[in-house]
Amino acid sequence: MSAHESHLLQVNIGPQHPSTHGVFRMEVTLDGETVVALRPVFGYLHRNHEQLAEASSYIQTMPYTDRLDYFNSMTSNYGYALAVERLAGIDVPQRANYIRALMSELTRILNHATAIGFMINDMGAWHTALQFGMREREKILDLFEMASGARMMCNYFRFGGVVRDLPPEFLPYFDQLMRGLPAFFDEFERLLRDNEIIVARSSGIGILPREVAAGYSVTGPVLRGSGIPYDIRRAEPYGIYGELAFDIPVGSVGDVYDRTLVRFAEMRQSYRMLQQIRERLPDTIGGHINPAMANFGKQKALRPPAGEAYARVESPKGELGFYLVSDGSTRPYRYKVRAPSFINLTPLGAMCRGHLLADVVVILGSIDIVMGEVDR
Amino acid sequence: MATEPQLAAERHGVFLTTVTRLYNWGRRSSVYPLSFGLACCAIEMMATGMARVDLARFGAEMFRASPRQADLMIVAGTVTKKMAPQVVRLYNQMPEPRYVISMGACATSGGPFRDGYNVLRGIDLLIPVDVYVPGCPPRPEALLHGLMTLQAQIDAQRLDAVRWYSDREARDHPVPTLGQHGLAIDGQTIDPIGGLPLLSPLTSPHAEAHRSGQLEHPQEIRLFPIMDDLVERETPWRARGVAREIAADDLKRGGNHE
Repeated sequence: MSAHESHLLQVNIGPQHPSTHGVFRMEVTLDGETVVALRPVFGYLHRNHEQLAEASSYIQTMPYTDRLDYFNSMTSNYGYALAVERLAGIDVPQRANYIRALMSELTRILNHATAIGFMINDMGAWHTALQFGMREREKILDLFEMASGARMMCNYFRFGGVVRDLPPEFLPYFDQLMRGLPAFFDEFERLLRDNEIIVARSSGIGILPREVAAGYSVTGPVLRGSGIPYDIRRAEPYGIYGELAFDIPVGSVGDVYDRTLVRFAEMRQSYRMLQQIRERLPDTIGGHINPAMANFGKQKALRPPAGEAYARVESPKGELGFYLVSDGSTRPYRYKVRAPSFINLTPLGAMCRGHLLADVVVILGSIDIVMGEVDR
Repeated sequence: MATEPQLAAERHGVFLTTVTRLYNWGRRSSVYPLSFGLACCAIEMMATGMARVDLARFGAEMFRASPRQADLMIVAGTVTKKMAPQVVRLYNQMPEPRYVISMGACATSGGPFRDGYNVLRGIDLLIPVDVYVPGCPPRPEALLHGLMTLQAQIDAQRLDAVRWYSDREARDHPVPTLGQHGLAIDGQTIDPIGGLPLLSPLTSPHAEAHRSGQLEHPQEIRLFPIMDDLVERETPWRARGVAREIAADDLKRGGNHE
């Protein structure tokens, strides 16, 4: 062996690493500082979600869906409730649908604000950008707490509606939040969008071309950042999303910067939807839950007819799908989650190849994963 | 605690205290936690460090990425059997004095995922825990209260009695491995797949016996037990040596086995 021959170096990142967004491990093969190959290792947070669901009644799984994607318990609830409603043929009143959409869009703002914050965090701006996102998150969590009683694990949805109507103090606080949101978006974007360091660290990094993105079947802001305007809310509208006016922001290059811009734009679109929902909410008809399902005993004893159902929602991370097979008993025969974080993570190796080691955590941050959903 | 001579001395610019108090004051005011999030609770842990609750008021805002710089491990989230060896390794790498806060139901007992085949039923099976914070997840205020409780514990420590100045040789906690029936230490199953978690030497009354391998609650190990008919039909407290309370605690969903 000659003295000038270079060797590949294997570096293990995680599972305890401040930038792995939970317990996630990457085996990176390096040539100097350049990534040659990256192998993700999962399973450090495998919590038997699907098996527990098959062992419990339908409503008992609702709190477990909170813990799938623990930033966005409301959208996880939504997807699961939708799947069971399809399976059992339960109608949802109009007002309940509006409340559901309101909670989903609040969740999206919360998720994107913190996701951008975490990504900047990974770039080395230790907690500064995150402070802005978390500040807004706390305000939204106050609203969730008013409605559901819990900050993070809301467990707010029921089959046929939501567990209780919005309390009287909800809407004044909501209006106050809405008045402050545009200023927050402007401030957050001004802080980050044209920041020289962030542009240098993110533009041209982790490019995922259109065809590759579609080939990996990634969804959510990662897919839209690559220029494909695919959104479940438009492709297969659920709830009231068919009635709401909104645009689907897309990126052009498909790099980390594009994904960040898509998230910024999506927060503004969510704000637009929230305005429409707020306008129409007082005139909605129907209660917060289908009267036939209002008794919790009905929820507990739910026996959907034998068959299968698949429902999907646009969670802030992408397409979140729930597949259920019923054999006519109180427990699902099969339960499967199509987790967007997990599927968005698959092109990580392809995105990181050829970049520097320091860019790996930035690319990972731009995918916005939550390990609870990846490992389930 | 100040006495008359002390106050009189302070008026003349002389401050009297004991070494223990000064030492404890210094340590309790700069508890550096390990930046180590496992699951959902980690988000609330970060929220505790953010502006609204502000862990920095208690001197614990310096989340260190390396266990060698940390004093406190906040086990924030579900410890799975794949992750448990890493948690023990991290704990072993922390220098004394070191403390552990078990944050949330999962770290304390397995929480809502206790019935899972891959979830460790309480981190105290493997490492000693100083403060338990209940909740799923605990609110940031609850974690803050947990930290204050820990600070009160630190205040009460006596220099001549702490373990890291004692004559006993420091010993690493044994790192568990995945055995045939679940997590095992030295070939002895600690947390079997299914059935009750076997009491750890750490929490058992015979702590000094140090991993004798004797299982506190011997019982048959079943391979795939979640909600299976055996659990539903057989009342677990009939198994020899199992306290009724512990068995009822482990009963899957509801106590209709009366």
